[in-house]
Amino acid sequence: MNLYEFSYGIIHWLVNLVNNLWYWLGDVLPGLLGDFFDAIGRFAASHGHMAVMAMLVESLIVIIVALINVLNFIWIFRKLSGRIFDFYGPYYVGYRIGGWLQNLADGVKLLVKEIIVPMKADKMGYLLAPVIYIGSSILIVGIIPFSENFGISTTREPGQYVPGAALLALAVFAIAPFSILLAGWSSNNKYTLIGGMRSAAQMMSYEIPLLLTAVSVFLLAGSLSFVDIVDAQHDIWFGIPLLIGLVVFMVCLAAEVEIIPFDLPEAEAELVEGWTTEYGGMRFGLFYFTTAIRAYAGGALVTAFFLGGWQGPAIIPDEIWFLIKAYIVYVIFQWMTWSLPRVRVDQMLGVGWKRLLPLAVLNLLIAAAMKTLGWF
Amino acid sequence: MAEMWINMGPQHPMTHGLWNLRIKVDGETIVDAQPEVGYLHRGIEKLAEGKTYTQIIPIADRLCYGSSMTWSHLYCLTVENLMGLEVPERAEYIRVMAIEMQRIASHLMWLAAYASDLGLAAGFTYTMRDREVLIDLFQALTGGRLTYNYPRIGGVAHDLPANFERDALRAVDYMETRLKQYEDMFEGSKIFMMRNVGIGILKKGDAVNLGVTGPSLRASGVSYDLRKDMPYSVYPEMDFAVATHEDCDCYARYRVRMDEMWESCKIIRQSLKKMPKGKWRIVAPRTAPVGTGLGRVEDPRGEGMMYLVGDGTDRPYRLKIRSPIFVTVSAAPKILVGYKLADVVAIMGGLDMCIGEADR
Repeated sequence: MNLYEFSYGIIHWLVNLVNNLWYWLGDVLPGLLGDFFDAIGRFAASHGHMAVMAMLVESLIVIIVALINVLNFIWIFRKLSGRIFDFYGPYYVGYRIGGWLQNLADGVKLLVKEIIVPMKADKMGYLLAPVIYIGSSILIVGIIPFSENFGISTTREPGQYVPGAALLALAVFAIAPFSILLAGWSSNNKYTLIGGMRSAAQMMSYEIPLLLTAVSVFLLAGSLSFVDIVDAQHDIWFGIPLLIGLVVFMVCLAAEVEIIPFDLPEAEAELVEGWTTEYGGMRFGLFYFTTAIRAYAGGALVTAFFLGGWQGPAIIPDEIWFLIKAYIVYVIFQWMTWSLPRVRVDQMLGVGWKRLLPLAVLNLLIAAAMKTLGWF
Repeated sequence: MAEMWINMGPQHPMTHGLWNLRIKVDGETIVDAQPEVGYLHRGIEKLAEGKTYTQIIPIADRLCYGSSMTWSHLYCLTVENLMGLEVPERAEYIRVMAIEMQRIASHLMWLAAYASDLGLAAGFTYTMRDREVLIDLFQALTGGRLTYNYPRIGGVAHDLPANFERDALRAVDYMETRLKQYEDMFEGSKIFMMRNVGIGILKKGDAVNLGVTGPSLRASGVSYDLRKDMPYSVYPEMDFAVATHEDCDCYARYRVRMDEMWESCKIIRQSLKKMPKGKWRIVAPRTAPVGTGLGRVEDPRGEGMMYLVGDGTDRPYRLKIRSPIFVTVSAAPKILVGYKLADVVAIMGGLDMCIGEADR
């Protein structure tokens, strides 16, 4: 049973339950009114309606699972930084589970704070930017399946997920810098403006190598679907022949999710808090949360493209394999974050254009050569 | 993007204190800079005129939170110069040991702030943790952890506590192993070197003309250290080298401070070894004669100077403080122009700002 069938079953059960009411009303009410309720019942029981509702339910399930994972990620981030920095990290709230509840406590604290909109801010952009940022980030985690049976699918068949999902995920990933620029511009503050501009420059220079390495993966797999890409890695993970691509992809992702060697848009030393300077309360909290979502999405992309996705010995379920790999990638990201200084913006653009782009092209050539030789 | 002025401060993560750096940027490039100090003015010079000579020592501590021992020592040195007192030799050695410990602690705090400025969060926690070793020593010695109120006119407040020498030697050994690790950690990081080498060039002539002193001057290749050039206390007895560097950039300033920490470790060892037994304090008179007293020391941040006018009573007529950072910060426009916005933190962090003493 895959997630779609599970959701379909739930909806089916729910529709049957509620249809008792509609059909009973159709029986007892006279004439046109009765026909109307009968029609509602028939519509609810139709396959199209149930399929759409099942998709909504499965996206809800996937997003909830992803958000719980993000809570874990924030907790890991805090605990790990504590271990690296010689302190304990959070442990008071939820003492017996290692301070896991600290995230929730922080969330509650941020929720009760006053929401302040700067007087001279562009209200439309200021309010819209977080929505775009968070919406696009959650959309990525919705697209990436956890396993052949666990993802947002369009049919009953296992493995039939959003067609071209990998391309869609990368496209959605690139929306966030736009919202960062919007947030920085509309806040009407010089720090946020510079942060937004840096984000735009960063996106332009790092999106291209990222996509080129992704193209090499698509080339080897011969497909844009996550399931096909992972299936193509049955014999060997793409991370091994495309080692250069893996490194380039990780570095570009670090720039995309703005973690420390490349967190120039929110470089706190010179730009206070960068583009989030004017956002307070739960908006800041959502940005913080979304950064973890994006880091998770980055880990999931690396896992699916290079680390064999959910493949592994069958002792552990596929979904857990996928999560383990994504967690490991996330931990590597955090390790990098806490042990490296921040680069300067011109140095970062230099690395992007002069190092990563040629490497990405080289990686693409390697992939093309291997495909031509028929190794994949 | 058009040119615009940005206020970095008074409340800004870059400032390390309460001051304002106005910079004019063209996109990301700095075209002009104006430092503004004075937000932390507490009127210490005026305050001193209403207090007796002994009561001023704790105020002098408050001049700089990073190196309070140096400033109270400088004040005592000035008053002794005014009164013409001879300090017992043991007290001199204890003072030298304490201010060298203070120099290491101050430089470690600078390193911590510098690392976190550059985004290296691990550098912040490690250095601050190791500063704790020295702070614990100070606590054993003086009872205080930040402002010590330890030197007295004519000596120091107490003798060394029990087992202090053993603890101090252990701390120095520990510090030397850690300094090695810091050098590996910072200089082994390519990004750290990218952010430092060739950034914030302050030419020799400019540094001298602008009155920059201390590590920032020595990093410009000028071997000027009051401990050698105008020795006070028992520094002539000590065997140490003046750390200089020819590169004139942020890396040179980092390197000079690291070398100074090594030299300070040496001085602490020597002073503990050569420390004679005997009195650590003489009874100083309550009143000072009519006249002037001058004290100059090598603060961790540069040349600190105090000028004191006595009028025959138990309170000074006038106390003038020469702050190294007040002068050094005036070099900011000279160093900053032409670099990127992100270099502001590296350059101004490399000067080791301490606003308490600049604003007095």
